[in-house]
Amino acid sequence: MLPARSSRVPDIAFKWVAAFAAGMIVVLIVLVGWELYWGSRLSLRQFGFGFLWSSEWDPVQDKYGALPFIFGTLVSSLLALLLAVPLGVATALFLTELAPARLRQPIVMAIEMLAAVPSVIFGLWGIFVLIPWLRDHLFVWLKHYLGFLPLFQGPIYGVSMLAAGIIIAIMILPIVTSISREILRSVPNLQREAAYALGATRWEVLRIAVLSYARRGLFGAAVLGLGRALGETMAVTMVIGNRPQIAASLFAPGYTLASVIANEFAEATTDLYLNSLFELGLVLLAVTILVNIAAQVMLKSMTGTGPIRVT
Amino acid sequence: MAASPYLPTPAFARWRKAKSTAVTAVLVVCALAVIAPLFLVIYFLLKQGYSSLDWNFFTELPKPTGVPGGGMANAIVGTMTLLAMAAVVGVPLGVFGGIYLAEYGSDLGNDWLRFAADVLNGVPSIVWGMVGYLLLVVPFKTFSAYSGGVALGFMMVPLVMRTTEEVLVLVPQSYREAALALGVSRWKVIMVIVVRTALKGIATGVIVAMARIAGETAPLLFTALGNNFWNHNLKEPIAALPLQIFAYAISPYDDWHRQAWAGALVLMALILALNITVRVLSRDRNRTI
Repeated sequence: MLPARSSRVPDIAFKWVAAFAAGMIVVLIVLVGWELYWGSRLSLRQFGFGFLWSSEWDPVQDKYGALPFIFGTLVSSLLALLLAVPLGVATALFLTELAPARLRQPIVMAIEMLAAVPSVIFGLWGIFVLIPWLRDHLFVWLKHYLGFLPLFQGPIYGVSMLAAGIIIAIMILPIVTSISREILRSVPNLQREAAYALGATRWEVLRIAVLSYARRGLFGAAVLGLGRALGETMAVTMVIGNRPQIAASLFAPGYTLASVIANEFAEATTDLYLNSLFELGLVLLAVTILVNIAAQVMLKSMTGTGPIRVT
Repeated sequence: MAASPYLPTPAFARWRKAKSTAVTAVLVVCALAVIAPLFLVIYFLLKQGYSSLDWNFFTELPKPTGVPGGGMANAIVGTMTLLAMAAVVGVPLGVFGGIYLAEYGSDLGNDWLRFAADVLNGVPSIVWGMVGYLLLVVPFKTFSAYSGGVALGFMMVPLVMRTTEEVLVLVPQSYREAALALGVSRWKVIMVIVVRTALKGIATGVIVAMARIAGETAPLLFTALGNNFWNHNLKEPIAALPLQIFAYAISPYDDWHRQAWAGALVLMALILALNITVRVLSRDRNRTI
């Protein structure tokens, strides 16, 4: 006879251990939100919602507002999307529709490797390679030919909102490309064949049969890229110039939510200062979670069942 | 009758062809533009890093400004220490969480848990640093290796959990049924049959997660903090390669810039080594399962 009752005890214990570990996911989400709320309670009480649209950031007078950082985060992330989404989707199209199998694997591997480069190394490269090149070539060129736009006016320092946008774009390219590729691969071949049968050229097939079918999923890929862009910290901190201002020019230095936390947290002298930084973190967390949820929902509805793997 | 542009005139056909060729060319250029940054980064890492790298880099402590030489021995050991501590926190939680998702739970509940894990995966790394600070730095009144390791470990949990689940569901249902039919209890079936079969896949997931967090700087800025000397006590600040690279990169000294490049090269080599291990492991896995 098997000792039926006693063998159930380790079984139940094991299940509870597993359930505990899985439940930690929920605990961690609550913990993150709660800790940031707790850390920012002083500034929440002091400034209320005005914190979000005050543009004053003056540690000397103990006055804090989030607007320049929200502005910097949004502008640098949107710039990055503007660069990364067309490039990423085009590369995904190239990989799924054009590239010979021999070429596909090395390119996919190169993109995976790009994703493995740490933020701080992009920052180092940004400071010593990208910024000097932008300052001496691209920015000069932009100012010369597009200087009539307010976006490309003012002195060129090198460190700037545009430099941050470019470096974030490089960093989110791998995820935008690989998710777009998954989406394009889920487009049924019948779509393509039908368009070819009607006598469409390759571009017409891509436009009519592939891109219009995959539009919603590609939008999801872009939103997921946005989620990543908003939270990028180190590389941005190293190239954006770290000045809390709202400037029209993309050549002007800026500051983002994540980079102000990285820079000033360790030297925050007053409680209110530290609390304000926590509140910036809370704003960042809220925005990234909302953006990520939106992306997940969009991608899930596109692919039907299985969630797309995010690496 | 004037030719409508929508009639298949030869001119219109040529125009459509030309447009298609042009788009093809644009796609090729875009693909090249996407992989170009990788080669530019690797090129400068090798060029600047290799010339600054010498034996002292691996054996010596950082020297004060103006004193030539010095290395990042403490930062290399520090990064390894932090990774080990992160694994202690993140691997058990992630693996058992993955076991729960694959073997227990209701469909609806597990969908929500997966969703939560994906959302958690999107939390910016700097936020984990703030959580580590409040959780372990404030109560103990000191920056510490522990707080950095825990912050990194939390980041690993959703990653390890999802990959573990993915490989566990690949284990054929008949394995479980065969073992259960022999009267083996459920937990033994999971640990001895299911997990054992998928062990390589789980290890792959863990290494992927380690590679992801090895280069993280933001969560360590106000937890592990960095340290110019050897860490003798995990309750005290500890050096890490990414922190040291950051500190040296934004310093005004040429000597330190060279050290930053050397550190970046070593860090990149470490991460590449982890990624290559993953590739080797997953090639084997494809053969066995």
